[in-house]
Amino acid sequence: MLPEGVKKDLEHRIAEAQHPRELVVDVMTACQEAFGYLSDAAVITAAGMLDMSPLQIEELATFYNFIYRQPVGKFVIHVCDSVICWMAGYIPIRDYLCRELGIEMGQTTADGRFTLLPACCLGYCDRAPAMMINKTVYGFLTPEKIDGIIAQLSAEG
Amino acid sequence: MHPQVLLKNRKPDRILTLAEYRDSGGYEAMERTLASDTPESVIDRLMDAGLLGRGGAGFPIGQKLSTVLENAPHPRYVVCNMDEMEPGTFKDRVLVHASPHQLIEGLIIAAFAMKASQGIVFIRMEYENAARIMEREIGLARQAGLLGHNIRQTGFTFDIAVHRSAGRYICGEGTAILNALEGKRPNPRKPPPFATFKGLWQLPTLVQNVETLCYVPHVQKNGAEWFRSLALTPDGAGTKVFSISGRVNRPGCYELPMGIKLSEIIENYAGGMCAGSEFKACLPGGASTHFMPISMYYSEMDFKSLADAGYRLGTGAIMVFDQKTCLLGATLNLIEFFTRESCGWCTPCREGLPYIRDLLWRIENGQGEPGFVSLLQEMLDHLSKAYCAFAPGAAAPVESLLQYFGDEVDAHITNGGCPFNL
Repeated sequence: MLPEGVKKDLEHRIAEAQHPRELVVDVMTACQEAFGYLSDAAVITAAGMLDMSPLQIEELATFYNFIYRQPVGKFVIHVCDSVICWMAGYIPIRDYLCRELGIEMGQTTADGRFTLLPACCLGYCDRAPAMMINKTVYGFLTPEKIDGIIAQLSAEG
Repeated sequence: MHPQVLLKNRKPDRILTLAEYRDSGGYEAMERTLASDTPESVIDRLMDAGLLGRGGAGFPIGQKLSTVLENAPHPRYVVCNMDEMEPGTFKDRVLVHASPHQLIEGLIIAAFAMKASQGIVFIRMEYENAARIMEREIGLARQAGLLGHNIRQTGFTFDIAVHRSAGRYICGEGTAILNALEGKRPNPRKPPPFATFKGLWQLPTLVQNVETLCYVPHVQKNGAEWFRSLALTPDGAGTKVFSISGRVNRPGCYELPMGIKLSEIIENYAGGMCAGSEFKACLPGGASTHFMPISMYYSEMDFKSLADAGYRLGTGAIMVFDQKTCLLGATLNLIEFFTRESCGWCTPCREGLPYIRDLLWRIENGQGEPGFVSLLQEMLDHLSKAYCAFAPGAAAPVESLLQYFGDEVDAHITNGGCPFNL
């Protein structure tokens, strides 16, 4: 279920909007945050709020890179695999993350904390190699730096 | 040191505040424009200035604005494109983090020139900080009476909203962005009608890149002649914010005159090549431009000079590759990006890119055959028939790989794999 505050806020914005559908990405993002990922229930909730069909939500949900239609961990690690990061050592960084977390790309750790996914160029080529975790970007990655980030996030939750 | 326009008042670790922006002469151009200028003269000035779109296509903003018909319906929209997903490009992030009000002022003047009442800043999800900055500073501008109803009692009404995307390269395409904003699946639209005629919600819409809009107040304030004179080449105009990355000592954003030599950018600003690295090639303007080989090292970097030589300035995102980097591997990486990001709408792009990726992968991994080069060529020809500019852009690095680094491709095939891994 959507938290009451989030629901009210979205309903207010939808009522104010001349074209409610323009808010669909915001609605999907909010549902995803509340449900942990865009579950089938979340798709139906989003569709209901915007007077769209679940299929119309589905065709958008599957289009966007940061809308997750499958369960993800609390922290979703997106490792940039575009050309500058590739040149700066994306492959060893990715392999190090896989080894440390004990998962492959696309998987989630058994404790439900971390998911590893690729990302297109994050726009931090001046700080390559880079990754993004829950909208925070980390650059100039090294194994030591990754250890610190993972330890800090693990302590948080 | 070359003159700075957009990054002149950049602070090392924070944005330029509204008060600081005003102290530096900010919003003067807008106030004067709204009080005593006409849309026609704003457009004429932008035309005379030769301000070309900095998002990659290099289309003149003045010309785009001039296609909005006098009797076109309202409301009209200005969409600021901050999707910035072109690999290697990070200038728009730097510009918003440096001076958000410069962008807001540019949006207001551009809106005035086409009598638009609503602006939208379209921001990629990875730039959440930029989205927060823009929301906060738009609010401050509104409180200061610089946005909203009847701005400065001039009768002009304009406001700006922020749209957060959820990540997809094609959303930055000039027509896909309209579908994205309407909450539709963001496949590109086929013009005509062009967006300035029937854009967002079928109403007149100007879609412009962040950097282009940031120049607008400066052109308004200092004039077309001044703007043109900033460039080092007769065909260039203004400055350009280059984002430089790869095998250089100081990757980053540098605002430099249009027409500056590539060699000077690398040696004098980006700190030269990394120790042990020699320049082999660069992509001059993002992933969808052609590799420039060493023979182009002294090129003058402006839209026309590069176009005349068969290249594209694109976004001015210069990615530098050295002699130790396998360009076939780099191209394979670029094509992986394009294959994943293709919206899948039209066949040449959806089917052609995976085919090219497969051929490049085989060559890189020792399964290459002599006939593969002509197969690649054939597939590249198909890409030119795609629905939008995405696939021809994706073809650019592959075309130039075959054209200028054919020896490297052949070496992969004859060696049975990547010679750089041996």
